[in-house]
Amino acid sequence: MTEIVATTPGLYPLPDWAKEQLKDQKGNQKEDLISGDEGAEIQDSYEEVRTEFIDAQQAASLDLVVEGQGRWDDMLAHPLAVNDAVDTRGIVRYYDNNNFYRDPVVTGDLEATGDIAEELEAASQQVENLQAVLPGPYSLADLATDEHYGDEAAFQAAIAEFLAEEAELLPDVETLFLLEPSLVENAPGDGADERASEAIDTVAGATDADVVVHPYWGALEEKVYAHVMDADIDALGFDLISDHEQNVYNAQEYGAPDDVALGIVDGQNTLVEEPETIEERIEWFTDQTQQNDYERIYATTNTETFYLPVNRFEEKLEALGALNKTEVKA
Amino acid sequence: MTREQFRPDDHDNDHFLLTTVVGSYPKPKWLHRARDLYEDDDHDFDEENFEEAKDDASRLITKEHERCGLDVVVDGEMRRNEMVEYFAHRIDGYEFNGPVKVWGHNYFDKPSVVEEVEYDEEWLISEYEFTSDVADTPVKVPITGPYTLASWSFDEVYDDEEQLAYELAELVNEEIEGLVEAGARYIQIDEPALATTPDDHAIVGECLERIADNVPDDVRLGLHVCYGDYSRIYPEMLEFPVEEFDLELCNGNYEQLDVFKDEEFTKDLALGVVDVHVREPEPVEEIKENIKKGLEVVPPERLTISPDCGLKLLPRDVAYGKMENMVQAAREVEAELDAGEIDIEAPTVSADD
Repeated sequence: MTEIVATTPGLYPLPDWAKEQLKDQKGNQKEDLISGDEGAEIQDSYEEVRTEFIDAQQAASLDLVVEGQGRWDDMLAHPLAVNDAVDTRGIVRYYDNNNFYRDPVVTGDLEATGDIAEELEAASQQVENLQAVLPGPYSLADLATDEHYGDEAAFQAAIAEFLAEEAELLPDVETLFLLEPSLVENAPGDGADERASEAIDTVAGATDADVVVHPYWGALEEKVYAHVMDADIDALGFDLISDHEQNVYNAQEYGAPDDVALGIVDGQNTLVEEPETIEERIEWFTDQTQQNDYERIYATTNTETFYLPVNRFEEKLEALGALNKTEVKA
Repeated sequence: MTREQFRPDDHDNDHFLLTTVVGSYPKPKWLHRARDLYEDDDHDFDEENFEEAKDDASRLITKEHERCGLDVVVDGEMRRNEMVEYFAHRIDGYEFNGPVKVWGHNYFDKPSVVEEVEYDEEWLISEYEFTSDVADTPVKVPITGPYTLASWSFDEVYDDEEQLAYELAELVNEEIEGLVEAGARYIQIDEPALATTPDDHAIVGECLERIADNVPDDVRLGLHVCYGDYSRIYPEMLEFPVEEFDLELCNGNYEQLDVFKDEEFTKDLALGVVDVHVREPEPVEEIKENIKKGLEVVPPERLTISPDCGLKLLPRDVAYGKMENMVQAAREVEAELDAGEIDIEAPTVSADD
C-alpha cells in the first residue's frame, strides 16, 4: 500500500498584513532586504508570520509542515544572502519569472550561519511533523556568482559543503526537500551532471531526515536524470504540471526511487485544483509507471507558492490536505 | 513616414529629431494622497473628487511636458496605477485576488483571467481626449501590449499564454480603432514582457499583425521593449508591422548598439538617451553624445529621442531636469547637423522604401 503524504516545497506568500507591515518596518529598496541581523520588531513580525503559516498548514491537515520561509526575500538564494562571505549586489531575474532577487556574490570562504536552523527551531516549538526546505546545491551555485573559489567545480563543491553544514545544524525534521529547479532550467552538461549528483550526496549525507530532491519547471534531461538517480537520496520529484510526458518517460525508462514527490498542484496559477483532480493525477502517474512500486508519494505543489495571492494559496493547501488518501489507487 | 506631422510649426532647425517620452511620469504627491483618501472608507472624498484630482494631475503633467519643450507629450499616465492592472480592471473576464511578490517587498496586483476576455468599457479613449484637449502639442498614447497583458496575468481559461495573447490582441485592436477615431495619431505599444522572454518574439509579431491590420497609414505605431538581450529579437523584430522601435540602451551604456548595426535598421529608432535608474539629470553634453550613438544606427530622419523607459520612479524634479536637458541636447544636435558638423555614419535608406 502506497503511503500518500500531503506537503509543499515552502516559500509561501506573506500574509497581506505582513506584506504591508514588513515593508514599513524594513523599507522596499534592495539594501533593506533580509541580511540575517534584523531587529526585535522585525523578528516579531516574522514570528507571527511563521505561526500563521503553520496554523494554515495544520488547518488544512497537511501531513508534513514547512516553516514557510517568510524571511526568504531572495527566494532560493536566501541561504547565501544572509552569509558574511557574500555581497548581495544588483537585482537579477529569478529564472523565467517576473521575479527578482539580489545577486549573491561569494567573496570569501563560506561557513554555515545557522540561519535556517534557527527558523526551524522556532517552528519546531509549534509542530512535530516538520519538513525542512533548502535550495539544492546545483541550483544555489547556479543562482550565485563566484568571486572566490575560482572554478565551477570548486564552487559547486564549496556550496555543497556549506549546505551540508547548514543541514547538520537543523533540528530533527522528518524530511528535507532540496529544491533543484536549475537542474531543469540550466541543465548541467557532461561532467557537471556527475558533479551535481555528488553535490547532492554531500548535502544528503549530512542529515538523518529523508531527502527529497525536487526539480521543477520541466523534466530532467535523461543523462541528468540518470546521474541524480545515482545520488544517495530517498525521493525524487516530478513536476507533472509543467511537463507530465517527459517526466513519466523518465520514470518509465530509468525507473524511480521507492519514494517520489509529485508536483500535481500548480504553484503558479490561481486556478484551484479539486482534490479529485489531484487524486486522478497521482493515479495517472502510477498507472503510467506500473513497473515501479512506490512506497511513498509526496503530493505537493510543483513549485514554491509565493507566486500566488494569499486566498488561492490557502485554497491550494486545503485541496492538498483534502486528498482522500485511501481512495487513491496508487 | 508619419513623422513630419509632429514637427512643430515654429521648429528652428532644418533637421528634426522628434522628442518624446515613453509614458509614465512621477505622480504629484497630492495625487497619491487623493488616492489614499478615496480608498479610505472613513473619508467622504468620493469618486467625483478623485476624478477631479486625476484631471488636475493629467493637466499639470501634460503642461509640464510641454514646458520641457517635448514635441510629442503624454499626460504621464496619471490615471493609471500600473501597466497591467489598469487594463485588467477594464476587461471583462479578469478578476483580482490580491498582491503577489515581484521582488523583496514590492508587489503587484496580478490579475487572473477567469472567463473568456471581452471588450467592455473603453480603456484610454477618454484619457486621450482629455489630454489632447489640454495640450497644444501632439499627444502620444502608450498602451500595454497583449503579450505583456497575457504574460503578467494568471490564466485559468485558455490553453496557453499564446492563445490568451491573441485574444487580448483583438481587444487592443478594438481600443486602438477607438483611439484613432478619437484623433490619436501616435500610438506606442508597450511590451516589457518581451524583454524577459525574447524567444516569444514570434507571438508578439503575430499579436501586432492583428493590431496593425486596420490602422490607417497616417497613424504612427511604435513598440517599446525594455532593457533585455536585444540580440535575441533582432533582426527578427524588423518584420513587426510597426514604424518605430523604442529601446532602452542608455542603461547598458550602449553596449548593445552593435547588435543593431550588423543588419541594417530599417525602421525608425526611438533611442533611450537618459537612464531612468540614475537619480540626477544627465548633462546636456552627455545626452548629445548619446544621441550621436543613435546616428550610428539610423539617419536623423529616422531618429526619435526619448528616455530609456517610463520616468515614474524618479523624483519629479529629476524627471523634469532630464526631459529639459534631453530636449536641449536634441535641438543642439539638430543645429550641428544643419551646420554639417556631424558625420552621419548610419547607412542612408531611401525615404520611400
